[in-house]
Formats: sequence, structure tokens, C-alpha cells
Amino acid sequence: MNGQVTSISGATVCVDLADLKIGDRVLVGSNRLTGEVVRLDGRIATVQVFEENRGLGIGEAVTSAKGPLTVHLGPGLLGGIFDGLQRPLSLLLEGSGDFIASGQDPFPLDCTRTWTFSSERQAGDQIRVGETFGKVKEGHIDHLLLSPHAGVLEQLYTGKLQLEHPAAMLAGGQPLHGWHSWPVRKARPYRQKLQPAAPLITGQRCLDFLFPLLKGGVAIVPGGFGTGKTVLEQTIAKFADVDVVVYVGCGERGNEMAGLLDEFGELEDPRSKRPLMERTIVVANTSNMPVAARESSIFTAVTMAEYYRDMGLDVLFLADSLSRWAEALREISAALEEMPGEDGYPTYLGSRLSGFIERAGVVKTLSAGQGSLSMILAVSPPGADFAEPVTQACLRVAGALYMLDTQLAHRRHFPAINWTQSFSLYSDTALAHFTERHAEWAKLQAHCRDLLQREDALREVAEVVGMEGLQDGDRLLMRTAEKIRLDFLCQNSFTDDAYTSPESTIEHFAALIDEHDRLAAALDGGALLDDLLKEAADAPR
Amino acid sequence: MRLAEHQYRSVSAIRGPLLFLERVFAARLGELVRIETPDGRSLTGEVLKISAGQVLIQVFGGTQGLDTRHTTVSFSDAVMQAPLGDGVLGRIFDGSFRPLDDLPMFIPEFRMPVIGAPINPVARTHPVEFIETGFSTIDGLNTLVKGQKLPIFTCAGLPAREITDQLLRQARLPDGGPFALVFVALGLTHFEYQFYRQTLEHMQNRFVAFINLADDPVVERLLAPRLALTVAEDLAFRQEMDVLVIITDMTNYCDALREISTAREELPGRRGYPGHMYSDLASLYERAGRIHGRKGSVTLLPTVTMPEDDITHPIPDLTGYITEGQIVLSRELQQKGIYPPVDVLPSLSRLMQHGIGKGQTRKDHRDLANRLYRAYAKGCDLRRLEAVVGRDGMLADDRQLLDFSTRFEADFVHQGKQRRNIDETLDIAQALLDEFREVAR
Repeated sequence: MNGQVTSISGATVCVDLADLKIGDRVLVGSNRLTGEVVRLDGRIATVQVFEENRGLGIGEAVTSAKGPLTVHLGPGLLGGIFDGLQRPLSLLLEGSGDFIASGQDPFPLDCTRTWTFSSERQAGDQIRVGETFGKVKEGHIDHLLLSPHAGVLEQLYTGKLQLEHPAAMLAGGQPLHGWHSWPVRKARPYRQKLQPAAPLITGQRCLDFLFPLLKGGVAIVPGGFGTGKTVLEQTIAKFADVDVVVYVGCGERGNEMAGLLDEFGELEDPRSKRPLMERTIVVANTSNMPVAARESSIFTAVTMAEYYRDMGLDVLFLADSLSRWAEALREISAALEEMPGEDGYPTYLGSRLSGFIERAGVVKTLSAGQGSLSMILAVSPPGADFAEPVTQACLRVAGALYMLDTQLAHRRHFPAINWTQSFSLYSDTALAHFTERHAEWAKLQAHCRDLLQREDALREVAEVVGMEGLQDGDRLLMRTAEKIRLDFLCQNSFTDDAYTSPESTIEHFAALIDEHDRLAAALDGGALLDDLLKEAADAPR
Repeated sequence: MRLAEHQYRSVSAIRGPLLFLERVFAARLGELVRIETPDGRSLTGEVLKISAGQVLIQVFGGTQGLDTRHTTVSFSDAVMQAPLGDGVLGRIFDGSFRPLDDLPMFIPEFRMPVIGAPINPVARTHPVEFIETGFSTIDGLNTLVKGQKLPIFTCAGLPAREITDQLLRQARLPDGGPFALVFVALGLTHFEYQFYRQTLEHMQNRFVAFINLADDPVVERLLAPRLALTVAEDLAFRQEMDVLVIITDMTNYCDALREISTAREELPGRRGYPGHMYSDLASLYERAGRIHGRKGSVTLLPTVTMPEDDITHPIPDLTGYITEGQIVLSRELQQKGIYPPVDVLPSLSRLMQHGIGKGQTRKDHRDLANRLYRAYAKGCDLRRLEAVVGRDGMLADDRQLLDFSTRFEADFVHQGKQRRNIDETLDIAQALLDEFREVAR
């Protein structure tokens, strides 16, 4: 059925077309731009257009795609680079050259690529929705093929498989392909949500030691500009001990995405020794790409992440940055002339955000495995003021806060994680694991916090009386704390220092404390600090 | 494609730079329109919004003298395009692409829409090649590379104008390839225009300028940078030149954006600026870049005057979130008589890592820059301590670091009007670090 455009205000377009549902995908105008129905009023539907619509005219044709906006899920997503609508950027490049033109709709999966399909199921087996009916090898992982339908298996076509051909047949003639589609805005189902229990090793000393994250947990990383959000996210994307990483560049810089793609193409996954890109999916919707697609990009990405979780894998979802998503939501809300809430954000910001963040977790999957989806979400508060609505809405649902500090960044202390204001609610659970690796872990962690706190207090005194005026014991404490800050908490993402295993982390810290204790004992014995330090400096290394 | 040109005389309202037209049969979003005023002037406009027969048009140029009875609007069936071609080099235009240099308009070879399509992220290559600005604080510590966008954050009363002027004269590629400057001035006073004009006259065919004066139509402030960037993209990606685009001053751009947004009765955001300002600024800044397999590049150096010297004001804040670093000018250094008064501590070039070292600048560049920065940061911290306990109450090493900071400002940051090449910059750094080798490790 055909309808037509009745009014246009930026990317918000009203169309006259019957039988639409909220969330339906429509194709707008002669360029067939993708849009989503966001409001219905009689026959008139308000459509949010996901592509640049300059040049669109009144009266142009509109058709319904007869279903919601979906993503396509199947083997071949790993290593892919998509925009916010899951269009592969390499196919857009073939389609319109170096600059992205509107109106392209390529299929996101490669239908001509050949996979080797094997299955432990047999004809006659009962298959439930979400259960595995076979697998293919995708890079280093076993990619389980999950059935979107229930029924009795009639036939399996094991061996060479191309996505355009069915992989199996159910009784009654329902084919099962290697891929299926799933609505972007609908969380994928699971059998049961479990408590996160295992630590997610990031390789960042400050995080693993002081503010550990769990697999299935959610951390937010707020920070003003220049505090290193992107570098931290990308470093974690390289080294985190997970099977699959989904990285969303949501409304951020194009050059940064280019840098990431260059680097990830060359680097090797330290665990599987294969190219890093093979375990990574990138969704890139840079700040100059259409705003509505920016809003949908995190849903597109999280649906792909859930898909891999459903194979029983550990998936890490990184978004940079959630504030840009919230701003896109605000722009769309303003265009719809909705009543604004705090700072102009729509009042449903909080509920929309928590609905999204709750898609993280450890689950028992429909195919009876266990998978996890963890999230590390960057937030860009305006003016580095953390009282703003997006940071606050995130804090209500996130389990860990890694707060990036402008002052630390100015001192080139990276990662600029503020150790007094950051927290992790997962700390106790993670400690149970870490204590197995090193019995003293909890004690040393407490010691570290204590030293850093006492340094703060002493620094205030030193600013009044000068370092000369401090007692030797206090000067020693200042010296140790400085070493902790500069040698231990600072970590250079551009050298071999970028990753530290938990074992080395705890050894490193224990060594710093040992030295401190030794010097403190000598001071108690009547030695002078200056002599001890001179001795230490002269001693051969 | 429409067969006949549509003309309307059904203007129902005029509000600021906006015009409302009734009973329009067909219109496109972003369509270019021509407006004939009752007194015979001709203006251009752009369709912003279409609803149920009513069309909202943004008028480029003043709306003085327009009325609702005799004003005629004709629709062109095309979006706004910029004329392009070789003839554009060496010319000065106003914010609507009319010549300001008393020469006739050049003959365009072709036209391109002024709203550029986004560069496909996979088509981009990472910026790595060094551009020499002649300023030690930029070249040495906050290196600019081709395809980067690096704003200058200044405050009212600081010599941003002199710095911009020197950048126009001095910026060059170390290997001397084809290079052009695109200069965009928004809301420029006549006094400043005369100043820049002298510089432009000496630049022959290496530049294109778009000048919107302080008393020119506000709407043209939104148009001029888009025209300029369309020209820059053409020079870079078709004519294979490395193009440096200098925009001064983005604060005037954002104020114009706020003015139009208010006239459209959009919901105001922080400090009255529209909620879509981030996306709007990104649509300009993100046009900088390099593309795989093409020789040229677009590099962007916008100037932002921070209202009330406040770096958290929405304009510098949103700019900083999009650009790859920032050069921050300081009132304190200016008062010490240091030129250029660049405060290197809050300044940053995010893309510097790949643009320096062997093959780009010099092998020792990274090490020198890190040591300078570390020692200066420590020295500045110690200044606060000095203010409390006095110099005599400090450790000997700390006193040396204080001296280092003073000398760093006097020798390295301060360079007057002199241009320094990268070797000179690094030699000064080396000499300074040698002198203070005990503390500046």
C-alpha cells in the first residue's frame, strides 16, 4: 500500500499511510529513506527518518516495510563495521564512494561466503525457540545457530553452507537458515538471569585492583573532554578477557574511528593470537551522521551483543558515548514537540536508559548454556559537571563508576580515574576470586586506599608548612603514595604497559608496600629519611 | 523534477530572518528559493520546514523591506549549491559567495551541495602527517597533523587575531607540497577586516576567504563556513591539495545559531543555545579529514572566544568534545608579556602521537616534549607552594623547577612575531632541558 509525505520538519516527517504500527519501518520518498514510526494520529503517522533527507518533497511516496526495524543475526558479524542501522560501511563505500549517500539498503551479512555447518542434532529431534540446531566455525569461536522457530527437525544440510540456502528443515516445510532477523528494540529472551560472579579482567591496574568489574556487570565512565574516555574504552576493548567485543562509536569523531579500525586491523588478540578484529564488531555512527541513526545505533549494537551472549559466550559491550545517544533522544523529542524534562531531555530518559542497561547480565540461555553481557559506557557530561541528568540516570543502574578527573588529565595522569570518587559495587564478589590468586589482595587494597587518603590530608599540611616542615615518617608516606600514583595507578596505553595481568598487578603493588615497610622500620630504628633515600638511589639496580 | 518554475505571492508572516509562505503546491526540504522584494532587490532563502501547505523559509540577507503583499518567492527545485572551480583561489567573498574584492565573479566549473555528505568512517585514514605552524607551543608540544581539527580557545582581549594572522602567513608543509588556506571570518568588525585584508593581499593565489562582517546578515554566518568547507573539500579531494581551514570566530557562529533557533521557537538548551548545537557543530568540524587513496586533506583550526573566560561554557565545551584537542590561551601569560600566550598545560593535541618522531619531525621530539611538559607541570604546581611558604622554605630541587618554569615561559613559549621551524623549536627545548638536566628528567 502506498501513502505520501504530508509535512517535513528536519528528520521528522509526517506521512499519510494506513495500517501502520508504532515502531514499524517505512521507506520514505523516491530515495526510499529508512524511517521508523514514532507516533500515530488517525491516518497520519509521524516518522523519524534515519538518513539525510534534504531534498525530500511533499507528496513523495511512502511504503511500509510491514514490520519493525530489525537487525540481521548470523555468522559473519564478527570483524564487521556497521553504521547505526547495521549497514556495512564497506558496502556503503562500494555503493556511494567515500561520502555516504542516502537511500542505500545493503544486506548486512555476506550470503556468498561458505561456512562449514555441523550438527549434533538429528532428524526427528524436537527443537524449541532459541535452541541450537548446529554450529559453524567463525574465527576462533563456535558460532551456534539458534532456531527462531519451534518444531520437529526433518532434515539437516550439514557440510558446506551459504546463508542464502536453508541449513535445516522443520516438519511442515519451515526452513531454518543460518541467519534470522530480530527487532532492534526488543531484548532477546533467556531462561533465567543469574548473579554476576566472575571478575572481568581489564588489564588496567587501577580498575582490576581498586574497582574490579564482573562479567555481566555495568560500569560507567564519565569524564570531561580530554580526560581519556576513548583511549580507556579502546584499551579495554583490546585486552579484556572476553570472547566477543562490541564497540559502538556513538556520535563521536570520525578520525578516532579510523584510528581504531587501523589499529584493530593490525593488532593481535593476546589470548587467541588471531587478529583483534576477528573478535570485534564495530558500530560507527559518527557525530556528523544522521541523529536518529545515532539513537538507534546502541540498540542495533546491543542486539548483536545479545546474540553472541546467547551462544554461551562472554561479550563486552563498549559505548562511546552514551551522552551523544541521550542528546540524539533529546533532539528527536524536541522535534516531536514533547514536554521537556531536566535540561531539555525527555522525561523518559531515565526509563529508556535503565531499560537499555538492564540488557546486561549473566544469563542461562535458551539453549541451556551460560553467557554474559557486560557493559562499559562512556558518558560526556557537559562542562564536566557530574550533576547532569545523563550521568545521574546512569548511576542509578550502573554497578561501577570510573570517574575521570580533569585535574588528573591535566597532570597527564592516565588513566585519569579519580580514586576517591570512583566505586565498584562488585568489589566484594570480585575479591573472593582475587583472594584465591593472592591471599593478601583485600588487605593490600585497603592499604592502598588508606595511603592515598592520608597523602591527601598530608598534602594540605605540606602546602602550609612546606615539605621541609614535615616529619620523616610523613615524608616517607608522601613518597610511597607518589610512587603508587605515578608507577602503579598511571598506565601508558601506548606501550607494553597497556596490559597488566592480575598476578603482576598484585606483585607490583606488594613490592611497593614492602619497600615502604622496610624504610618505615629503618626510620623507627632512628635512621634519617634523607640518608635512606640516598642509599637507595646509590644502590645498584 | 518540476517542469515549470513555481512562484508565490502568498507570504503570510515574516519573523526575524524567517518567512512563512502559504498554499505552496510542492516544496522540498532544503530547497533553494529566490525572493524578490517590493523594491526590486533579490534575496536567496532555504526551505526549513514544510507542513500542510505552509512553508517556512530562512532568508539569507536582511528581511528589511519585505512585506506580505508584494514579495514574490520562486522555488528552484534544487538544494543550495556552491560554485566550484580553479577560479576560486586568491579571491575574497562574502557570506553568500558574492565577490568582495571588486573583481567579477569567476566562472564555475561545477556546483556541489553546501551541506556535505558525511565521510564514510572506513574511507578515512588516520591523520599522521605534520603541519608546521611556526609556533613552538603548537609544533613542539601540541603538534597539528593533516586532517585534524584543533581549535584555539581564547578570551576577550587576548591576541587571537595576531595569532590567526601569523598562522595565515606562516603555516606550511615541511615537504612543501600543494597547500591552500581557506579563511572564514564570521561577525568580523571593519577594523579587523582591514587588518586581515593586508595579510590576504600578500598571499597571492594560496587562499580563499569568506568574510561575514559584524553588520552583515546573521543568517549568512551559518552559511559562510559551509560554503568554505565545500570549497575546501573540492580543493582537497579533487584538486589534491592540503587545505588548512581557519575559522574565526565560532562564538559568533553559535550566537547566530541561537538567534535563528529562537526565531524558530525551538526549545532552548543550556544558556539558550539550541539542543542540536552539538550535531550542528559536528556537521562542520567533522568535514576535516583525510581519505584513503586521495592525496589532499582538510585540516581545521577554528577560533573560539570563551565567554567570561569559561572553558565549560557550551561553545568551548561542545567544541572540545568534537575536536581532537585544543590550544588554550591564557590571560596570565599575556599579562607577563609572553606572546603567543599559550598555556600548554590544558592544551592538547590528541593526534600528536602519530605525527611526531622519526620520519615526521625528529627522532627526539616525543622525549623532549614529555620532559618539558612534566617539568613545567611540576613547576606550576610548586608556584602555589611558593606563594605560601616562600622560596626559602622549599627544597633545592623544587627551587630549580621554579626557575625552569620561568625560563620555559620566557625562552620556549615566548617567541614574539618570529617564525620558528621545528628544528629551532626542538633545539630550544634541548638547550633548556640540558641546562636543567638535574630536575627535568
